[in-house]
Amino acid sequence: MSARRMTTPRSLSARVIKVALQACAAALSFLILLAGTLTLFGIRAKTALPAIADGAFGGWQYGHLYALSETVVEAVPLILTGLGVLVAWQAGMFSIGGEGQLLIGALSAMTVEHFIGNTPAPLITFLMLVASVVGGALWGGIAGWLRTTRNVQEVISTIMLNYIALYLVGAAVLGPLQEPSHSGPETALLPDPVLFAHILPAAWTGGITARLHTGVIIALIAVPCTAVWMYRTRTGFALRLTGRNADAARTAGFSVDRVRLIAMVVSGALCGLAGSVQLLGVSARLDQQFSPGWGYSAIPVALMGGLTPGGTLVSALFFGALTAGTNSAERTAGVPAVVADVLLAASVMAVVAIRAWRGRAQLASGGD
Amino acid sequence: MDITGLVSSLSGSTARAATPLIFAAAGEVLVQRSGVVNVGLEGILLGSAFTATIVTYTTHNPWLGLIAALITGGIMAAIFSAFTIYGAADQVVVGVVLNLFALGVTGTLFRILFATHAAKTMELPFVFHTIPILTPFTLAAVAVVWYILYKTRLGLEIRACGEKPSAAAASGVNVLKLRTLVTVFGGVLAGAGGAFLSIGQNNAFAENMSAGRGFIALAIVTAGRWNPIGCLIAALVFGLSDALQFLGQAIGLDHYYRLLLIHLHLLTVAKQFNVNHVPYNLFLAVPYVVTLVILLGSSKSTRAPASLGKPYVRI
Repeated sequence: MSARRMTTPRSLSARVIKVALQACAAALSFLILLAGTLTLFGIRAKTALPAIADGAFGGWQYGHLYALSETVVEAVPLILTGLGVLVAWQAGMFSIGGEGQLLIGALSAMTVEHFIGNTPAPLITFLMLVASVVGGALWGGIAGWLRTTRNVQEVISTIMLNYIALYLVGAAVLGPLQEPSHSGPETALLPDPVLFAHILPAAWTGGITARLHTGVIIALIAVPCTAVWMYRTRTGFALRLTGRNADAARTAGFSVDRVRLIAMVVSGALCGLAGSVQLLGVSARLDQQFSPGWGYSAIPVALMGGLTPGGTLVSALFFGALTAGTNSAERTAGVPAVVADVLLAASVMAVVAIRAWRGRAQLASGGD
Repeated sequence: MDITGLVSSLSGSTARAATPLIFAAAGEVLVQRSGVVNVGLEGILLGSAFTATIVTYTTHNPWLGLIAALITGGIMAAIFSAFTIYGAADQVVVGVVLNLFALGVTGTLFRILFATHAAKTMELPFVFHTIPILTPFTLAAVAVVWYILYKTRLGLEIRACGEKPSAAAASGVNVLKLRTLVTVFGGVLAGAGGAFLSIGQNNAFAENMSAGRGFIALAIVTAGRWNPIGCLIAALVFGLSDALQFLGQAIGLDHYYRLLLIHLHLLTVAKQFNVNHVPYNLFLAVPYVVTLVILLGSSKSTRAPASLGKPYVRI
């Protein structure tokens, strides 16, 4: 297959047409999957599908911009955690720890804010972002360290770290970080000047302030940064080589353990950043229900994006649209929003199945 | 509380916490000895806990619920096998996706079916009033796995598949078929663990009620050094760590903590930072910390089956 691709050079237009056809096929099969899933759960696809499309792309209540803003807002945490997942998985570290790293990121940011509350607002925001990166990197680094020095499989250790992070957040919001009246298990709301600004004027979105915040810029910058790091630097090369073939990386003179540790630290940093961006852009406070599972959804998102930064961006926007759509359809058409999770897993299951089937076909034709 | 009462309640909650772990880990020992890591164990626990609830709810018969859970476990393990053993897809990828799939499907269906009324169902009976009926069967599961693994020709073939599948194949073993068979058997056992979660000790289902237990079971297999008896002991240690939260409440740890603060003249400072009590969440984290610590001590020294996690491809 790859040999054929090398011997017949294609013109640009042919490649564009091929990609467009593939995208159409993917979109069509996804629509069928969506309609099928809805029908299977006893939801009328005929009313649910337009309701989902409305929530994701607009028209229904506050206009297109409002719905598109919802889509992007839902995509932001998925972009950052998705990048985190792909960095680790490309290095052959099957981390499922995005959720815990995100929570620790948010917790670190909130802790910093708690102790330096009197500093000027922009400085607080900056330090919160830094704290979340450091906290997430540390949490990811623990799993990396456990793997490289003690041979603890990251699949298990990251899950344990996720639950520990969840309960640490729970303890913090009942303890030192609890809001001043000490009644609910949550922190106080962050003051407005610290938060990210809303981008769209309310007048453009039917008088309702759209949630799109400046944090989206951070997510969009992170994509090319990750791409350059992965594909244009020595460390990035070592990382991908380690993931493909650790023995080859070792022979080439790279320290596989060091590369794996770096991958986990960077992965944790990106997921931690997602925590503070979400805190500063959307929720403004921390409690145990802070994340609906972005760190877990990030895995199918990154897998659907082919474990590449650009692909992950597209796939995160796609599932952001799906989440925004089902969130809105839950209110307007009674479609349970968790349908999005089912679809996410079902689509990856399909991709894995196709890959496994293709891989077998290749083995069967090449092996004999 | 008196000591006898404390010990009996502690051992009771240890046994209850360990039951699903023993079921899942006992099956997984066999699976991993054949060379497969079923990362989808978490999803199997959750999925079977869910079907147990649904079937019990509709038929008013918890035994049918148990059977449904066993079948669910088997089917989910069969799906995992189809991808990883016959499709030679990565076991971690398929396992993780299967877990997410189970989480999404059970969450969606649970919200659709029980949107308006509580999911209260019946539960399986208890023996001697306090012991859930499934708990004694964990010992049977461990015994059966031990017997198969070390005392039968089948067990020898399973171990051969995990160490050197090409050699096993050369001696006439159908590696793919045997691995699939063992994985499905492990899924059925995990199904019993899942049923225990929802209808074995309680009578309700909750979203994501497996809460990482499938992964703790994987850790137990490593900590128990791929030996069913070792896994039983490891599972009991984890059960104990899970039960500590009850102990903490029973002996009034919060009260002693406050006394200590008063003794150290730190109460005012502690109050100022709102740390004059022990948040219950810290107890909930204990089993996960214990899992990490035990893995820390046991992962390096143990010898895993040589072909663990590697797909076998016939050439």
